[in-house]
Amino acid sequence: MTENLLDAASLDAAVKAAVEAFDGAGDLDALAAAKPAHLGDKAPVLLARRSLGSLPGPERADAGKRVNAARQEVQAAFDSRREVLLAERDARVLAEESVDVTLPWDRRPRGARHPITQIAERIADVFVAMGYEVAEGPEVESSWLNFDALNFGKDHPARTMQDTFYLGSDQGTVLRTHTSPVQVRALLERELPVYVVCPGRTFRTDELDATHTPVFHQVEGLAVDKGITMAHLKGTLDAFARAMFGEESTTRLRPSFFPFTEPSAEVDVWFPEKRGGAGWVEWGGCGMVNPNVLRACGVDPEVYSGFAFGMGLERTLQFRNGLPDMRDMVEGDVRFSRAFGI
Amino acid sequence: MRVPLSWLRDHVAEVPADAAAVGEAFVRVGLELEEIHGAPELTGPLTVGRVLEIEELTEFKKPIRYCQVDLGDGTRGIVCGARNFGEGDLVVVAQPGAVLPGPFPISARTTYGRTSNGMICSAKELGLGADHSGILVLPPGTAEPGTDALPLLGVDDPVVELAITPDRGYCFAVRGIARELAASLGEDYTDPARRVRVPEAEGPAWPIRVADEAACPRFVTRRVTGVDASAPTPWWMQRRLLAAGMRPISLTVDVTNFVMLDLGQPIHAYDATRLQGDIVVRRAEAGEKLRTLDDVERTLDPEDLVIADDSGAIGLAGVMGGASTEIPLDKTGSVDVVIEAAHFAPTVIARAARRHKLPSEASKRFERSVDPQLPPIAAEAVANLLVEHGGGRIEPGRTDVGAVPVLPPVRMALDLPDRTAGVTYARGATVARLAQVGCAVELETSGDGKAGSTTLVVATPPSWRPDLDLPAALVEEVLRLEGYETIPSTLPPAPAGRGLTPAQLRKRAVSRALAEAGHVEVEPFPFVGDAVWDALGLPEDDVRRRAVTVANPLDADRDRLATTLLPGLFETLVRNKARGFDDLALYTVSQVVLPHRNPVPMPDPGVDRRPSDSEIAMIKAALPAQPVHVGVVLAGDREPRGWWGSGRTAGWQDAIGAGRLVGAAAGVTLRVTKAELAPWHPGRCAALRVGEWVVGHAGELHPKVVEALGLPPRTCAMELDLDAIPLQDARPAPRVSPYPPVSVDVALVTDEAVPAAEVAAALTEGGGELLEEVRLFDVYTGAQVGEGNRSLAYALRFRASDRTLTNEEANAARDAAVALAAERVGAVLR
Repeated sequence: MTENLLDAASLDAAVKAAVEAFDGAGDLDALAAAKPAHLGDKAPVLLARRSLGSLPGPERADAGKRVNAARQEVQAAFDSRREVLLAERDARVLAEESVDVTLPWDRRPRGARHPITQIAERIADVFVAMGYEVAEGPEVESSWLNFDALNFGKDHPARTMQDTFYLGSDQGTVLRTHTSPVQVRALLERELPVYVVCPGRTFRTDELDATHTPVFHQVEGLAVDKGITMAHLKGTLDAFARAMFGEESTTRLRPSFFPFTEPSAEVDVWFPEKRGGAGWVEWGGCGMVNPNVLRACGVDPEVYSGFAFGMGLERTLQFRNGLPDMRDMVEGDVRFSRAFGI
Repeated sequence: MRVPLSWLRDHVAEVPADAAAVGEAFVRVGLELEEIHGAPELTGPLTVGRVLEIEELTEFKKPIRYCQVDLGDGTRGIVCGARNFGEGDLVVVAQPGAVLPGPFPISARTTYGRTSNGMICSAKELGLGADHSGILVLPPGTAEPGTDALPLLGVDDPVVELAITPDRGYCFAVRGIARELAASLGEDYTDPARRVRVPEAEGPAWPIRVADEAACPRFVTRRVTGVDASAPTPWWMQRRLLAAGMRPISLTVDVTNFVMLDLGQPIHAYDATRLQGDIVVRRAEAGEKLRTLDDVERTLDPEDLVIADDSGAIGLAGVMGGASTEIPLDKTGSVDVVIEAAHFAPTVIARAARRHKLPSEASKRFERSVDPQLPPIAAEAVANLLVEHGGGRIEPGRTDVGAVPVLPPVRMALDLPDRTAGVTYARGATVARLAQVGCAVELETSGDGKAGSTTLVVATPPSWRPDLDLPAALVEEVLRLEGYETIPSTLPPAPAGRGLTPAQLRKRAVSRALAEAGHVEVEPFPFVGDAVWDALGLPEDDVRRRAVTVANPLDADRDRLATTLLPGLFETLVRNKARGFDDLALYTVSQVVLPHRNPVPMPDPGVDRRPSDSEIAMIKAALPAQPVHVGVVLAGDREPRGWWGSGRTAGWQDAIGAGRLVGAAAGVTLRVTKAELAPWHPGRCAALRVGEWVVGHAGELHPKVVEALGLPPRTCAMELDLDAIPLQDARPAPRVSPYPPVSVDVALVTDEAVPAAEVAAALTEGGGELLEEVRLFDVYTGAQVGEGNRSLAYALRFRASDRTLTNEEANAARDAAVALAAERVGAVLR
């Protein structure tokens, strides 16, 4: 009996039986169930090992080697099968846990800032980077600041051109028709030199339609210093245009008239993304600050000079972002602001 | 201002045939190009015809004429709806095969029961201007029937339309814009005013008395007698008037309009037989009436300047003539014409035109100032044209009352244009350019010619350029004529800016925080109506009812400036709801306008100097307060429903949460206390406080407000005054202890009416330094805690800054916290 267990044929048969049993196990449970019969205390290779002691010395060493080899073979068969079954199980679990990642997950409502707020901040940042400060003023403004100090004579046609909302019974207070009174405030309140940019809400008596709105926004720039030239104005506008519309952009000045600047110019901007091909787009107005304005603000025009410029923010969005209808700006439809994100 | 190129060629030596090039030349020197009206697309046969016979067809809704028209090679029957012509008149006929601008092909067709072999055309149909008041009747003798009308119409003459800025009154005339064009092109220019010979006169033409010389510095009359009342206006003049956008009316009217367009001087023609006595220029009497040419009876203001005779006012000076002295259109025989060419003060005319809402061709020019040297020249030009085309004779007298001051010379450093532009112009450019615009220029050297002396330009502006009153104005002339494109692009030296102010940074942070928390920014108008205060349920004495009134609102029902952001937000919410959006969270950050209880008058300092500090302070005091508010409105689900399950309805908590979020973004923890304020639900309204100071309110709206404004049920809102929150200085860093915490839960039973915030405050204070956090995790009401009570369960986290806290220490601190809660609000440990 002992002889039988230890002879090579028996060991080979035991190994063969173990390998067949393990390979035949379909899953980890079946493998575990098959384990005791081939690697447990009563398994043939273990019994053979225990019977080694009954053999005489020289034979024992020989048989011991065979038994150990057989046992290692059985263990290896078990381990490799286990590895295969483990990998199969892991793969199955991962497959079972797969989900439809395209299911929408919008549990947080999406907020947005108005595009006017965004572009006003963008412009402010451009000028802050050039050393300017952001100046602000009230929307209900005195006529003196909105008109007189800006060289609009009391009966100047330009005053009526501006379609002003007057407040109260006299004409001393208005809804500001432009951001230019902030220029005057800056010159009255700040130390020279003054470099400010003033974004803000402005008002004119235009009925709301696709291209007009009575409430709109402008941004105004003002630089008053010694030796400021119109070349500085052009350089600043060019830098502004590049920041807003890309490196290819530049500006072009056309002579014009504004009471608060002399010389005055209209600003066209080269807009590379213009619909139908790159081209010039009317952008705003500018000029050298009229000495009358400097004088009314207590600045000596013999010593200081300055430039000013102004653009409509709605107008800028209109061509930059292809805005089709001005009413979208004011109606507050959530789809409109959301399209511009935060 | 519309002008055909042919008219410009009268005054400029060489005008390019390409209208676009002419347009560009104008733009270069500062005239804004509105449009180029190219030659109309017109193909023949277009033929001059004579109306032989008119048959009136009366069986249709409107009167229709069936005309027999002689076209040279025979007579054709043509149906026509216009009535401004008679038998014997010369007209333009588009024969079958012709194509009018549109394109509008003409063919023979049956209409109104007759066969119409073509069309009798109006000026507009021929692309000759805007006049569509009737068909075009050519002056007798213009051409024989059968003549090809195309060359006659001169359709290959493009029209340039320019927008004239208010400083360039002289450009409201071909004389002025031709001068600009010549300067831009570098071509020779002939001043049409210099072509008119003004002969010596004998005596006055009509007795004139000017009672207000400041308002009317000059008044010229000339008289032409025996003008043929039925004389037609020559076709070439009609064509120019049409091209300029005016309608030919009669020879006298057309000639005055033509001269006005050419020279810029508005002119009025009186029927001398209808004038009664001397002409007087004076201010109107209170209540005085005048029927103007547009057949409107106007009550005059004592500020109005009128032309009057013995019968009273016969014209509103510089604005519009009166009906009583016009030359009747149906006048036959000869006319005795008195021509008026005057100079009026711009402000007087501007005010009158504004007062009577009567912007006319005359007032448009006078309020921008007209060359005061023109009146005798323009009157002479009119008289000459009347005699040339209407016969009669110019009476020997001329009245020329008043005197025109010469414009003062302007002195300027010779290099000021260079210094302003940042350009070194060619030597002599400044003097040449100033001469080109009509200035008399001299050079003057200050000092003795040694170092430090400067050369001055002394430029005396021409009579038509009163706007050249400052060195800066002269600079502009040089720069624009030299071309703005020569100005280089240079950045000024960068100043050392201080960046955004703390208030600006805070406003950005608040807006971004709200957007990131799922609110959408909107920008409602600030205009509201008084009715909204009632809808909001504001008490009669509520301060928000005190709003600034807009004197000239676009909508009479919205004539107030908002004192609160809520009405605009509510309206936007309703609009979104109507567009199919139920779940809404909107916000806006904007100024509101809060007038003072006792408004002070707005001062009006001069502009020749800086206002005094007290004047500046008075301006600021007279303006209403305009703090920046933040408003939020919420409806529907705050967290959306979806495939994951149901959503969460927005409630009062979200409104208060939005307020606290704004506070956090502004660097403060807003304290929440119970409040009662319209338009909020009296039981669901919170005051938001900084310390004791109330900065805003939040909660659910009153159901009556929801109903009155048509809002979704249980709409919630928040509004606070951002400017009322003090700006936070640099905040101190916290001590972050690395030692482990001890967490203890306590459940406290209090009277239901005790606000949770007070319980938490008592715990916080009682817990002392070791208490790191108080977190409410459960609220329970029910039988177990007794009627009228509730249980609040708090998780307390204790931690020491310098050691590991023992349970005993933590329990002692907890007991102290509970004890203070018991003492303050009667809390009982459950």
